[in-house]
Amino acid sequence: MVSISARSRAFSISPTSISAASIGSAPHQRRQVGAGVVCVLGLAMMLAACGSSPSSSTSATNLPTTPPTLTSKQVTLVTHDSFAVSKSVLAEFTRRTGVTVKLVQGGDAGQVVNKAILSKGKPQGDVIFGIDNTFLGRAESAGILAPHQAKGIDTVDPALVVPSGLATPIDRGDVCLNVDKEYFSSRDLAAPASFDDLLDPRYRDLTVVENPASSSPGLAFLLATIDEKGENGWQSYWQGLKGNGVKVVDGWESAYYGEFSGGSGKGKRPIVVSYATSPVAEVVYADPRPTSAPTDAVLSTCFRQIEYAAVLAGAKHPDAAGALIDFMLGTTFQSDIPLQMFVYPVTSTATLPKEFTLFAPVPTDPQTMSAERIEQNRETWLRQWRSVIEG
Amino acid sequence: MTQVVLDSAPPRVPPERPALVVSTTTAPRRRLGRVWFALLPLTFLALLLIVPLVAVVLQGMRPEGRWQLGGATEVLVQGRTWRLLAFTAWQAMWSTLLTLVVALPLAFVLARFTFRGRELLRSLVIVPFVLPTVVVGVAFLRLIGPNGILGVDLTGSMAALLLAHLFLNIAVVVRTVGAVWDQVDPRIEDAARVLGASRRRAFTSVTLPLITPSVIASAVIVFLFCFTSFGVVQVLGAGSLRTLEVEIYRATAFDLDLVTAAVLAMLQLVVVVAVLVVVSKVQRGTTHRVRFGPRDTVARAPRTIREHLLVAGIAWFGAILLAGPLLVLVIGSVRGPSGWTLAYWTALFTPTGSTGFVDPLRAIITSVTTAAMATLIALVVGGAAVAVLARRSTGRWFRAFDAMLMLPLGASAVTVGLGLFLALDAPPLDLRDSWVLVPLAQALVAIPFIVRILLPVVDSFDSRLLESAAVLGASPARARWTVMRPVVQPALLVAAGFAFAVSIGEFGATVFLARSDSPTLPVAITRLLGKPGELNLGQAYAASVLLMVVITVIVLIVDRVRTAKVGAF
Repeated sequence: MVSISARSRAFSISPTSISAASIGSAPHQRRQVGAGVVCVLGLAMMLAACGSSPSSSTSATNLPTTPPTLTSKQVTLVTHDSFAVSKSVLAEFTRRTGVTVKLVQGGDAGQVVNKAILSKGKPQGDVIFGIDNTFLGRAESAGILAPHQAKGIDTVDPALVVPSGLATPIDRGDVCLNVDKEYFSSRDLAAPASFDDLLDPRYRDLTVVENPASSSPGLAFLLATIDEKGENGWQSYWQGLKGNGVKVVDGWESAYYGEFSGGSGKGKRPIVVSYATSPVAEVVYADPRPTSAPTDAVLSTCFRQIEYAAVLAGAKHPDAAGALIDFMLGTTFQSDIPLQMFVYPVTSTATLPKEFTLFAPVPTDPQTMSAERIEQNRETWLRQWRSVIEG
Repeated sequence: MTQVVLDSAPPRVPPERPALVVSTTTAPRRRLGRVWFALLPLTFLALLLIVPLVAVVLQGMRPEGRWQLGGATEVLVQGRTWRLLAFTAWQAMWSTLLTLVVALPLAFVLARFTFRGRELLRSLVIVPFVLPTVVVGVAFLRLIGPNGILGVDLTGSMAALLLAHLFLNIAVVVRTVGAVWDQVDPRIEDAARVLGASRRRAFTSVTLPLITPSVIASAVIVFLFCFTSFGVVQVLGAGSLRTLEVEIYRATAFDLDLVTAAVLAMLQLVVVVAVLVVVSKVQRGTTHRVRFGPRDTVARAPRTIREHLLVAGIAWFGAILLAGPLLVLVIGSVRGPSGWTLAYWTALFTPTGSTGFVDPLRAIITSVTTAAMATLIALVVGGAAVAVLARRSTGRWFRAFDAMLMLPLGASAVTVGLGLFLALDAPPLDLRDSWVLVPLAQALVAIPFIVRILLPVVDSFDSRLLESAAVLGASPARARWTVMRPVVQPALLVAAGFAFAVSIGEFGATVFLARSDSPTLPVAITRLLGKPGELNLGQAYAASVLLMVVITVIVLIVDRVRTAKVGAF
């Protein structure tokens, strides 16, 4: 292994010096840098294309009605693949501030946070969105977030507000068991209504969950059981789940589409770990739309996931970053959230679409846990979980 | 040029004196000149592969500028690590064997016989390559998952993994071996038969030696792909099967445990290098000069009943194997819970006014442009490598260089992706969200294909043809153009087609790249699959079908060019 890395380093010397020499230092000219590398590689045919690279920022459709107060003209939002917002809402931000939003999107929440930590001091953008409470502790202690006192934070449920002020809550979702209504009604069997029901032999071999070591809803469900059963009880609870035939798969896609029998699921098991809003998605993303959701979320088995936005430390446009976060807490953005990302807004001023009020009742008392506690214990819990499941 | 020549030349180079016996037409000065071409691939690999890997290792094991090997040792002494390695190698070996067993007969039939649907089947084999592994996984779940159409749940079993790997990699063998087999003059075999050899003997002593290098090459590619497989393992493994790459992904994307990631990536690399070294030893001296046949005599219609049965049997078997999972996607895109519907296609093309909406046509354009660029880069870099290696794969340094060109397939793509992100983050070279990185990273994976497909053909090219041309008064450039191009061009097109498919399917290191540009189709498909609801699933299927159609059309066009008469040979 040593010899390999030594050899690797020998290889690395020449290209770095070549490219550094021919490119010079022009930090503001990112595109040209790209072209420079390409030229170093002797690929001149790409030159023309490099120069005319499209930048897909969302541009304003209207001229600003109020004179822009910010010096920055563009703000970069780093976020995960599930992020979505109406283009008209982003245009509204540009109209109000004169700032356009550039989206840098890729990977899931974990990847986004981890990459932000790895690029500490050299952030990829100005604002990060999509840090959830299972990753917040890691982001906070890594020192990648800059404090921001968001306007409108007073309209947010105080329980969601981060004490450190390093992150601003934007939406909240709940990870809950989902059940296939048809399966249970056709068998004259009551759907499970609590954590303990999953241990009931009547529900043997019916449950599928995601691996908490590789899936965000999987981790949320594990945390829910830890919160519910306590430090001393959760391992025996999982022993019980295992004894009752719970199936653990790697990710949400295989759990929901592969194993779950309800809604758009194509599998056989009628109980799955998904989101409180999955039943709404089953209605909204069906053609024709059914009058009632084919699945139900079991509201007593939920874990609250809060998604935060934060200014990245070292952001090039901190003022615009702050303005964007304030805007994300405003009524326009908040009311846009539910049908775009299928999570709930956090402010009391936001209006919920009727699909949500009809099909996605809000869990009244979800399990929850502080970001610090999650961060401190995650590794231990995952190790213990693994030995319960694999042992 | 139609007389039968049975070329019985011994392996080109006696192992003990490698450097001396090269082509007699190549002057020493020119040979040295070609070595300089190596700088291009070396620079490319160093910058895009080695630097990123080193970056991850440094980040993991030397966090505050001091080596901290405690964590690494801890990972190395875990039994779990070694079980993981053993399983990864084990499944890759069996996947490779199965792929060879199934794909070689198919390659034979496609190369030697003409039949209806031959071109389509030849294009179809490559389709699995362009589909994101998540969607392949979901299609397989419909077939062999719980409640699967075939009625047997294979998830979590080795069988599911082997089938998926077979499906994904069949093209590698069929097309790599096909590129040579396609051109071996069958009349050589006929001549052997006339001279009294049995059918088997004629095959084993004439054709087999000629295709062996490409069989080995494709086996290595398949092994490396399966050894580093993670998308399908995640979906079909049902939580119980894991490969090194799955663990590396988990460690980087979820745990931010770069120590584990770095150690596992290095372990993986050690095995890959070992395999490549062994293979390059085995491969030494397997190159023979091929007398290529005129194109229209290589394949013919089956004549006897036996041949008809053979061709039909193998072709149908291949078609069913490939079509099964693909049909799931096609049907899934037009069939909902309440019957046939066009709702998914309509939804795919109807803008929603959300940033989450991806215009499929624009995504196709992005995908095709990016892949075309990656292909060009790979052709230039890979072509330079082939120029260096052509007809001297025996020297020690050349063999090392040759083996190194395969590394992009065997190195942990997740680690390379993360490493690119780590290494290219400083202002003079901040490419983290630059679109340039995508074709560059894709070209990285495409280069081995270019080299592996082109090299056997260039290698086995009979240089006496060039000499003849020179004797007849052609300039070197003219001689190459008129004599060499017709032989090399088909393989070049196969190689380009592969590079394109690999690139458009976003194999490899792009998994960690965030982008600010309009998403490509594979990205769009992955996003759609991340949400519940029939419309999302159906749109993911529809987008996959779109991707299938795009690649099939492109490959059909390339094959049409390939099989058109190329020059008077």
